[in-house]
Amino acid sequence: MVQAVRLALHYGEENLGVTDVFGEDVGPPLGGVFTATQGLKTAWNTPLDERGIVGTAMGIAYAGGRPVCEIQFCDYGFNTIDLLKVAGNQRWAGGGGWELPLVLMTPSGSGIRGSLYHSHSFESWASRLAGWKIVMPSNPLDAYGLMLSAIADPNPVMVLLPKALLRLKGDKLIPGEPADPDKLKSMIDAPVGDRSRWKPNWPDVKEFFIPIGTASVVREGDSATVVSYGRTLPLCVQAADSIRKQSGATFDVIDLRSIFPYDWKAVSASVEKTGRILIVNEDTEVTNFGEHLLRRVIDEHFYDLVVRPRVLFGRHLPGIGLNPVYEQNSVPQLASITTALADLMSEEA
Amino acid sequence: MPKKNSMPVKDRGVETGDEILSAERCLQIHRIMVRARAMEERMIKMSKSGEGFFWIGGPGEEAFNACLGLQIKKGQGPTFDFLHLHYRNSATMIAMGMELIDGIRQMGMTWTDPFSAGRNFPSHFSRKEWNVVPVSSVIEVQFAMAPGTALVQKRHGDGVTIVVGGDAGAAEGDFTTCMLWSSRPGNELPVLMITMNNGWGISTAHCTQHSCEHTIERGKAYGIAGEVVDGNDPVASWFAIERALRYVRSTRSPFMLEAMVSRLHGHSSSSGAPRSADPDCLALFEERLLSANVIDRPGLERVHREARQEVDAAVEKAGQEKKPTPAEIEKFTYAPSAVDAVYPDDYTGLP
Repeated sequence: MVQAVRLALHYGEENLGVTDVFGEDVGPPLGGVFTATQGLKTAWNTPLDERGIVGTAMGIAYAGGRPVCEIQFCDYGFNTIDLLKVAGNQRWAGGGGWELPLVLMTPSGSGIRGSLYHSHSFESWASRLAGWKIVMPSNPLDAYGLMLSAIADPNPVMVLLPKALLRLKGDKLIPGEPADPDKLKSMIDAPVGDRSRWKPNWPDVKEFFIPIGTASVVREGDSATVVSYGRTLPLCVQAADSIRKQSGATFDVIDLRSIFPYDWKAVSASVEKTGRILIVNEDTEVTNFGEHLLRRVIDEHFYDLVVRPRVLFGRHLPGIGLNPVYEQNSVPQLASITTALADLMSEEA
Repeated sequence: MPKKNSMPVKDRGVETGDEILSAERCLQIHRIMVRARAMEERMIKMSKSGEGFFWIGGPGEEAFNACLGLQIKKGQGPTFDFLHLHYRNSATMIAMGMELIDGIRQMGMTWTDPFSAGRNFPSHFSRKEWNVVPVSSVIEVQFAMAPGTALVQKRHGDGVTIVVGGDAGAAEGDFTTCMLWSSRPGNELPVLMITMNNGWGISTAHCTQHSCEHTIERGKAYGIAGEVVDGNDPVASWFAIERALRYVRSTRSPFMLEAMVSRLHGHSSSSGAPRSADPDCLALFEERLLSANVIDRPGLERVHREARQEVDAAVEKAGQEKKPTPAEIEKFTYAPSAVDAVYPDDYTGLP
């Protein structure tokens, strides 16, 4: 997935007017702690100052640039929350006078043994930032298409990258991507060691937008609806496939992809069909974004539901501890998702 | 700096030290100051009469702010100056050409308020065609944004970024952010950081908060030169701003300017906005204008009378203009987007 992000940013530089890709360690020699920005011609390093990063992105956007900034881990973005609020309200507060076309990308969520400050989720916080659009891919092709849309959109867009999936290889190629992963690696991955004379050999990737606000139904079925995104999405697919094999039950598994605006039509149509819904994410459970979806499901589909709707989320804890016992028991894993899904479809109507 | 000559000062203008501001320029500045003061004092009344809910503004900062507004390279885009103002910059906006009625419209929360469509507090200006980015109530966030506009400007022409805040706000980390990002070795940015030092942060005195007398002293750690000026003196302010802008524009690197000013009506209407006994830049300037024979008392009275009439007419007109309606609550949330399936035009409520 991280290569897809890099290819999208490269496409953005060449075709969508991206003027600056910046953040801590984003420029050479490192090209991002996850390598998402290696070889990009507009990438540069910033001081270790998240407020400066967000503020500067706003300034660049005001002045007609097209910035993509990175907060190295979303865990470090909390001290920028008022700037994010200001960025989201500039057009509204200014009576429509300004556009603020900026992209903020940041790795989010658990899955890399990241302990307290490399495991936070951010989508529930982000969903409260009116004026922003929030997207979160779960596979490389979506990461590419959502990033292109984020760049092209003339509003602030936050791209949450599920850090557990950043090394994931996709089963679908980006338009123009070499089919051989080793070939792609040799073209765009910087060598280990001295890379001062290295230059990427970019493949001729093509335009591919995934419109913001469009979900993807990755499995279709009748027994129940599962809504997820990011790290937990492939786990939901695995759980659904496993139950199908065992019992024949089939599920609509919806990859939301956009946290806001979310694809309510897709969720609504599926709930109307199945009458059962499980929403899965790994953010903490109190005022979780999934609770908002649950509220709308109850408000608008109360009489369509055949069993109680439910949400599976991370536990309300101060953090995720380093010992794997902590992480395994703090946020949804395959086993807990499978159990929740089995319970959902087996409960008597 | 104009050279002194043998002509009496009263025929040439007003002087501070070796610096002389022409009579014509003095009258221009004075008229802006009077109009700004008349608008602000009327706005304070509006906040007390129920025509508005809250007032915050710049009485006491008019001398410096008028001089600033007159020296802006005004226009839209990075080749012109960018302004990240605070909420006491009305005289700057008036000097740049803002009609008084626009300030009144914002105070009166009309839909025709060109800065915020009746949404934001008074003196929270925003004007894209002049590169005035939206003023925020959040103290000092503008200092985090200023390096961004300056960074783009460094790539285009000679436009500079001007960012303004109060002395109390300099306690925020964003002030440090601006110094650091503007002074990176080899990547210096054309930013003029202006501190309007009125000695107060709402009710907290400067001397109880800052160990240094002037905020520009902090610039030394970042290699940023600076100057302190009497912001109640339009002559000194004019030339200090001129020097500072020339430096930033030509060197494409930052400079700090600190104006010592008065706060004539307290922090805002939240403290009742009573008139303080601090030195009044307008009264002081008028005494000098009279002494220098630049204007006579009937002339002063005429300027004040015209300003009052202008404000009266503005209040009358703005009071009859359209107010926001419930249908307009969501308007202007999003810019139109070809890649948004839910909100291609603007926000329209939940998806």
